[in-house]
Amino acid sequence: MKILVCISSVPDTTSKINFTADQSAFDKNGIQWVINPLDEFGLTKAIKLQESAGATVTVINVGDSTTEPVIRKSLAIGANDAIRINIEPKDSYSVAKEIANIAQSGGYDLIFCGKESIDYNGGAVPGMVAQLLNQPFINACVGLEVNGAEATAVREIEGGKETISVKLPAVIAGQKGLVDEKDLIIPNMRGIMSARSKPLTVREPVNNEVKVDAVSFDAVPARAAVKMVAPDNLDELVRLLHEEAKVI
Amino acid sequence: MAIYVYAENINGIYKKAAFEAVSYAKAIADKDGETVTAISINPTDSSDLLYKYGADKVLNIKDEGLKGFSAKAYAQAVNEVADGNIIVFPHTTDASSVAPMLAIMKSYSLITNALEAPESLSPFQVKRRAFSGKGIMHAKADAAGVIVTVSQNAFGIKENAVSGSEEVKNLSVANEDTKVISHEQSSGKLDLKEAEIVVSAGRGMKGPENWGMIEDLANLLGAATACSKPVSDIGWRPHSEHVGQTGKAISPNLYIAVGISGAIQHLAGVNSSKTIVVINSDPEAPFFKSADYGVVGDAFQIIPQLTEKIKALKG
Ligand SMILES: Cc1cc2nc3c(=O)[nH]c(=O)nc-3n(C[C@H](O)[C@H](O)[C@H](O)COP(=O)(O)OP(=O)(O)OC[C@H]3O[C@@H](n4cnc5c(N)ncnc54)[C@H](O)[C@@H]3O)c2cc1C
Repeated sequence: MKILVCISSVPDTTSKINFTADQSAFDKNGIQWVINPLDEFGLTKAIKLQESAGATVTVINVGDSTTEPVIRKSLAIGANDAIRINIEPKDSYSVAKEIANIAQSGGYDLIFCGKESIDYNGGAVPGMVAQLLNQPFINACVGLEVNGAEATAVREIEGGKETISVKLPAVIAGQKGLVDEKDLIIPNMRGIMSARSKPLTVREPVNNEVKVDAVSFDAVPARAAVKMVAPDNLDELVRLLHEEAKVI
Repeated sequence: MAIYVYAENINGIYKKAAFEAVSYAKAIADKDGETVTAISINPTDSSDLLYKYGADKVLNIKDEGLKGFSAKAYAQAVNEVADGNIIVFPHTTDASSVAPMLAIMKSYSLITNALEAPESLSPFQVKRRAFSGKGIMHAKADAAGVIVTVSQNAFGIKENAVSGSEEVKNLSVANEDTKVISHEQSSGKLDLKEAEIVVSAGRGMKGPENWGMIEDLANLLGAATACSKPVSDIGWRPHSEHVGQTGKAISPNLYIAVGISGAIQHLAGVNSSKTIVVINSDPEAPFFKSADYGVVGDAFQIIPQLTEKIKALKG
């Protein structure tokens, strides 16, 4: 079995988000980069299949050379090899095109993505990749069992769960639950050392079409100062919610 | 050209998000002097519900093969009947699974998580959620057609009744790749993303046995319940209630946070709530900086009292 895991390199979750002075782009100054937390679930699931079913796991990232530390971390977690498409991503479509191009000839049985990346929150790459490859797509996946050429997937739906059988190859967009949070792999020294010698292939992009432009960015407007209410004066809180905020 | 909108139903029943998407499509149509055509797959609900929010026409796709959800097959079905260059979807799990596939089929631009009515229609430009609610992006579509998904509770539902008409479309889409084996919907439970009021609690509640008071308050307010990430990690509450950067992003009218510190990752999922109330025993809890109303005190005393007082208000 061959597995492709899509990894996005995103600002560490504690990052303060700032934009450049002309508001045209995200300000990368002082940012620490991490594997998109939602992608880690797919990566860990792939490593589990590597252990239990002898799968080979390739990670792919569409990004310039600054994403290599995050790719190396994925290798340290256990991926066999990595591919980086050497272009700074501009929109979901262009990223999906590059991934689909690699997947087209790779013969992967499973492609894992995260449900969305926590930077631009597109949530679009996984479904686009699936359609470009004409493969089935399971979004918000919280459980997966592979049995031969088929898999049984559990996906979260609003107010419930759905269990689906899906023919492979397929694209799976994972989130917490695909593996347990406690099972996420933290690379050990051996993993980190061996990651240095694992193959990381750099490929040039094949597509330069984008379909959405980021025109500009705004910071989120600050909330007015908090009104504190004394704990022995909850009547006042109820009054404020009823009369001022008009929410109860 | 008509503005198309995907009116999502679950087991035949329209979702609130469908009414919001129709309201959004109607706002676009009014700007452009156009009509709204809603697309629905195997609904059992009446089309009247969609006319109420501005759908001039409802295309009811009848297809036995689409009884169970399949992103790919649903995208194919919508592709067959949607004939406009603006297609609106709600940003629900199902709709936002269909939208990217449809965008590829049609070679349209896809803009997800829209927060407001578009800033311009040609080119299509709209504000969207980015950086998990820590930023706003103005996104412009480059392709001739655009698919836009509307962030839930962002635009709101706007009644705008028209006298609509219905057309049944009989399709038979091939759906060979996936098969729904079981579908579990917890009945009677309010959907977290659709809820107008959310009562949420964190590690400050000390243990799952103390959630009764959170549920009592939620029931009284007709609210959904949510929790911080560590609470669902330890298993006090189900994963589906985890809100934040790596959980669900929500924007209710009222968010009540009890015993939650207000870490940046938690805020990322809830800071677009319209009103935020924070109850925390620690006056230094960061959440107070992002709240509208705050109470410093012990949740175990405050929540039961607050519940009584709201009960009194509601009579
Ligand atoms: C990659 C990553 C992603 C993350 N994603 C998310 C996410 O999506 N959502 C999320 O929530 N977190 C997320 N986190 C975790 C986040 O950083 C915080 O750890 C978490 O939000 C803290 O949860 P908490 O406030 O319930 O617990 P704590 O930090 O333990 O805070 C509990 C609070 O309860 C208060 N308290 C205690 N007793 C009482 C009482 N009797 N009455 C009133 N108040 C009391 C305390 O003063 C404290 O402020 C993420 C972290 C990482 C690293």
